[in-house]
Amino acid sequence: MSLLRLEGVSVRFGERAVVDEVDLEVAEHEIVCVLGPSGSGKSTLLRVVAGLQPVSAGRVLLGGADQAGVPVHRRGVGLMFQDHQLFPHRDVGGNVAFGLRMRGGGRGSYGAQVAELLELVGLPGAQGRAVASLSGGEQQRVALARALAPSPRLLMLDEPLGQLDRGLRERLVVELRGLFSRLGTTVLAVTHDQGEAFALAGRVVVMRDGRIAQAGTPLEVWQRPASEFVARFLGFENVVPATVSGGAAVTAWGKVPVPAGSPEGERSLLIRPAGVVLAAAGLGCEVLSRTFRGTHVALLLRPEAGPPLEAECTLAGAPAVGDRVAVTFAPSEVVVLPPA
Amino acid sequence: MAVPLVFFGLFFAYPVAAIVGRGLKTQDGWQFGRIGEVLARPDIADVLWFTTWQALASTVLTLLIALPGAYVFARFEFPGKQLLRAVVTVPFVLPTVVVGTAFLALVGRGGLLDEMWGVRLDTTVWAILLAHVFFNYAVVVRTVGGLWAQLDPRQEEAARVLGAGRFGAWRRVTLPALGPAVAAASLMVFLFTFSSFGVVQILGGPSYSTLEVEVYRQTAQLLDLPTAAVLTMVQFAAIATILAVHAWTVRRRETALRLVDPGRTAHPPRGLAQRSLLGGVLLTVALLIVAPLLVLVERSLDAPGGYGFGFYRALQDAGAGGGTFLVPPLEAIWNSLQYALAATAIALLIGGLAAAALTRRAGRFVRGFDALLMLPLGVSAVTVGFGFLITLDEPPLDLRTSWILVPLAQALVGVPFVVRTMLPVLRAVDVRLREAAAVLGASPLRAWREVDLPLVRRALLIAAGFAFAVSLGEFGATVFIARPDRPTLPVAVARLLGRAGEMNYGQAMALSTILMLVCAVSLLVLERLRPDKTSGEF
Repeated sequence: MSLLRLEGVSVRFGERAVVDEVDLEVAEHEIVCVLGPSGSGKSTLLRVVAGLQPVSAGRVLLGGADQAGVPVHRRGVGLMFQDHQLFPHRDVGGNVAFGLRMRGGGRGSYGAQVAELLELVGLPGAQGRAVASLSGGEQQRVALARALAPSPRLLMLDEPLGQLDRGLRERLVVELRGLFSRLGTTVLAVTHDQGEAFALAGRVVVMRDGRIAQAGTPLEVWQRPASEFVARFLGFENVVPATVSGGAAVTAWGKVPVPAGSPEGERSLLIRPAGVVLAAAGLGCEVLSRTFRGTHVALLLRPEAGPPLEAECTLAGAPAVGDRVAVTFAPSEVVVLPPA
Repeated sequence: MAVPLVFFGLFFAYPVAAIVGRGLKTQDGWQFGRIGEVLARPDIADVLWFTTWQALASTVLTLLIALPGAYVFARFEFPGKQLLRAVVTVPFVLPTVVVGTAFLALVGRGGLLDEMWGVRLDTTVWAILLAHVFFNYAVVVRTVGGLWAQLDPRQEEAARVLGAGRFGAWRRVTLPALGPAVAAASLMVFLFTFSSFGVVQILGGPSYSTLEVEVYRQTAQLLDLPTAAVLTMVQFAAIATILAVHAWTVRRRETALRLVDPGRTAHPPRGLAQRSLLGGVLLTVALLIVAPLLVLVERSLDAPGGYGFGFYRALQDAGAGGGTFLVPPLEAIWNSLQYALAATAIALLIGGLAAAALTRRAGRFVRGFDALLMLPLGVSAVTVGFGFLITLDEPPLDLRTSWILVPLAQALVGVPFVVRTMLPVLRAVDVRLREAAAVLGASPLRAWREVDLPLVRRALLIAAGFAFAVSLGEFGATVFIARPDRPTLPVAVARLLGRAGEMNYGQAMALSTILMLVCAVSLLVLERLRPDKTSGEF
């Protein structure tokens, strides 16, 4: 049985549906990441599960029990806010112990548990520090310790690493994933950063305008985007309308071979940059720009016909800006999408 | 929200409405014709004209004198700044009666200037205007200076780099940013001086009378209720208009200004021009604010048998004033403290509930409620006091002989201060902090106790101090409803001043000094508590 189950959940502000008929399940010990641009309703989804946002329609079930009418403080979920929302009038220890005190009822001492949690998030001995004296990364760790402290059955993270710089982010993603699998925590996170989502999650849910656009493992979503929106959100620009028949597609760039078994008819076509291959003969292009990306070089090409094309090549064979080149298309990197 | 509404309905709207009704309604129905009759009377027209122009003149004069002060407090760093800020704020929480008395001691008959140079201003309008400046200096310095200190000087620097001259940069960048604050401060000053009572009552003599004084005269001395009712309505309309404009400018002031920590914008004065500006402001403060207060203390000690506490000792004796009091005047201190404490408790309860309601809701209705809470600041306190007498005398609300009547009236004036102080702080408490507490398992009540209360504790104390000081000095309503055997300090002062004789005059000075000290002490405690970053509305 799944731990969290959303059935047809909608949230409307006036006429606008911020969350629109969403069905979602999160199994125990699973890490699910909701990915989407800002305004896609993903934060609202977390607030719905926490009980901070009433639903306009649909049901929220936790451990099989309908949560309608269950107030926030009785749901037993954890939520790490985007900007942490540490209590400014309490020190680090006071923040971490807060949830323990609320659940504990009596005035027990939580010193040992707090110390253990701070150890866990890599801030041993920080109990007495003022919240204001913490750096962004440290605040994030304290917020995590605070959310973990009452052992919530579901831990929700809202843009957990949003405000941190890139290096710290990449390190923390790895740390978080290790920590959650060690503790067996069930996690529902939201982010707009695909790198973060792919690194953290066992399953990714892409949202658009309050609806789920695609759900699957990071690999599935990356390899087979379900729509032009998902493809473009993942950063792919080579998407054009196409007519598919007999193992090839007719596009503005000419004829492009497609993988066997692709659907036919009026479609959209995605060609990943790796599938745009420099060749001796093919579609003639002018090199507009050349960007060094560490492992490869990203090229922006202007073809004789059709919109600009993004391509990748190795550093050794990279043409210069202004060079005339020819490209062919590798079917393994071509995806046929539903019509736009 | 319901409790404050009921409170205001019962103890504010109902008494005021009753007075108006009593004045304008006869057995034959409403007599609206009386409005025209009263307004057409030349003596009333004089009062209206004087009320308006003295308020305008006071406002302009206050701005002229206080704006340089606002600049100095905002931009300069100098030793004793904190203390000086407290000093200029003392007058604002001083009872109007004390302000009047202090100016009487400075410029009145037998006052300091009279003794030294034979200069007397108490029969001229200048005494009133100067007392109004004295009283409202802090309003401008705090409202305008508070914002000025938080304006980023780099904005002006950016304009300078883009080619604007020193004055041009100020005029094009700083002035527009300050404009709404200046407008708001002007309106507050206009509001306070328009409804001025104690100052004009004491300094105005028979020749000058504001609406509020006239309402008091018509009600208490001439027993002409219809005229008083019409005047109350006129004042009510004027105040409501002013408040509406004020609310509008406040909203504009809140728009998108980039504010910085005031500590970063101040620097020690540099060069001759800045030093002389600072000197000028210090001199103004010394002459205008410190001098009257010192003279007041001096007069209270200047007993017939040489300097000493003669007048203070006389306060212990009911008979010393020639039968002015049923009880020793010194008991007024004790009465005042008790009343003010009770009033503070009521004001905190009502104001706190109102502020909480305003924080959690939004919309037109709430804005109206916000304005309603400010009304007691401007509506004739005399009317409220008299209204109490004629409305709260029947079961189940027969409070006429109850001690609670005075604190209730005083709390009405305290509530706006509590709301103004609490509201910004309550609004600043991030909703998501409460949500974070809820997610961690805190019930709504527990979340309030664990999150809101610790964060607003300081503001709560400040609000309490303001309410206390204001209640202590409340005069217009209290003068009606305080029982003769239980006068408050301001009432006792006014009664002493109303009698001839050196002994009464000296005792009034002594009581005023005591009242001033009590207010000043509560204010100094406030200054210690006031967080540096919030400038506050008052």
